[in-house]
Amino acid sequence: MKYAYFPGCSLESTAWDFDRSARAVCRALEVELEEIPDWVCCGSTPAHTTSASLAVALPVLNLQKAREMGLPVMAACASCYARLRTANHTVRGDAEERARVERITQSPYDGSVDVRHVLDVLVNEVGVNEIRRRVERPLSGLRVACYYGCLLTRPPEVVAFDDPEHPTAMEELLSAAGAEPVEWPLKTECCGAALSMTGAPAVSRLGHKLLSMARQAGAECVAVACPLCQVNLDLRQSDARKAHGYFPETPALYVTQLLGLALGLSEQELGIGALTVGAGSLLAACHAGVAAEAGGAP
Amino acid sequence: MPGTLAWKNTALVEEVERRSGTPVSACFQCHKCSTGCPTGPEMDFLSSQVMRLIHLGEEEMLLGSRAIWLCASCEACTTRCPMGIDIAAVMDTLRMMAIERKADVPNARGQKFNRSFLGSVRRHGRVFELGMIAVYKLRSGDLFSDVGKFPQMLAKGKIRLLPRRSADAKRVREVFRRAEEEDEKR
Repeated sequence: MKYAYFPGCSLESTAWDFDRSARAVCRALEVELEEIPDWVCCGSTPAHTTSASLAVALPVLNLQKAREMGLPVMAACASCYARLRTANHTVRGDAEERARVERITQSPYDGSVDVRHVLDVLVNEVGVNEIRRRVERPLSGLRVACYYGCLLTRPPEVVAFDDPEHPTAMEELLSAAGAEPVEWPLKTECCGAALSMTGAPAVSRLGHKLLSMARQAGAECVAVACPLCQVNLDLRQSDARKAHGYFPETPALYVTQLLGLALGLSEQELGIGALTVGAGSLLAACHAGVAAEAGGAP
Repeated sequence: MPGTLAWKNTALVEEVERRSGTPVSACFQCHKCSTGCPTGPEMDFLSSQVMRLIHLGEEEMLLGSRAIWLCASCEACTTRCPMGIDIAAVMDTLRMMAIERKADVPNARGQKFNRSFLGSVRRHGRVFELGMIAVYKLRSGDLFSDVGKFPQMLAKGKIRLLPRRSADAKRVREVFRRAEEEDEKR
């Protein structure tokens, strides 16, 4: 199993821990990744709100490179994933747009390079049974709220590896890793995403709503699969608490970090130290529980 | 026909439909989009009201609204609309029209952020976050928010001090130029 890997800009800076843990988990599960050489930014939200042409052309530059590699693409960032899939959708469905993007990039492209998200690859290609077999240190008793945010499952005509209103891929994955996902109602509610810099009041309000609801549902931490969700729930968690009231500190980990721990990878290999709201005591308690069980608790 | 309300000014709805490629006129005001909109509480007009204002041809009111810049592009409205209207695409179209027509944007931060972000992509082929944020702060005058987070982010390796350029940055610049030319023809 081999993919052309598109890390995206965030994974080179604010989300380097997502990059490290995604690569580490794929290596452990024998998913081979070859980084797309000289990949360029997908344009993200600023491109699609500014220029209809640029919003398609930037992702297509990367898809053309992947086509030369002869590989399907795997992205980790939910926004990159959605932009790459949207570009394919546009090129395939609209001959005029396809002609336009071919003029802009001065290279042909028919929209045929498949684009997958790391969560999709783990659940639907590696498979939950295989992952369960490979777990070395189950996350026993870890109550986690799986948070998908917006672009992993929407719009369904474009992304479509899971249900747009009630996705379950992350729950399946983390159950296989021994954790206990909680039922909660906000798993596809947006965190404010790209308003992180420009609309701080909305982001604080949404962060508070999401994290306090996760707590009420019994979760001790949140699993995410998008760099913007992670920043808004982790780095901006203290802002949410200050503006809207107390809830206990709640780590927001990438799903690849949690899975990596269960596969026996070290915290360093998974960039756990990069979290603003640390998960140290939570993970120690979880592993102590496993050790006690294994040793026949006194 | 006597007794019916005629749409008096259809120029706006026609333009938005053509540019967004989605049937705005099909909106029958069920408000499902507004009910599920995460940033609705901060908006001056809810998304269903934006649809109605397009029907009514209220261009100035819409292009100068805060709502179009508070849309987080989360696609909940687009996914749920029973009439299949791509409401998030309509918001994109309205933002582009506001910039083209130099509308008086009440809070231009969204636009300034977009310019800073795309400027970074144009220069390096990728976003250089530190440079992009510095340019945005100068443009918006929002100099001090999040400054307290900087040392910690630096310590955790979350901020790169130098850009990582794509070797294809030159090609990206050409793509930007040709995309602008194509946008003018739309």
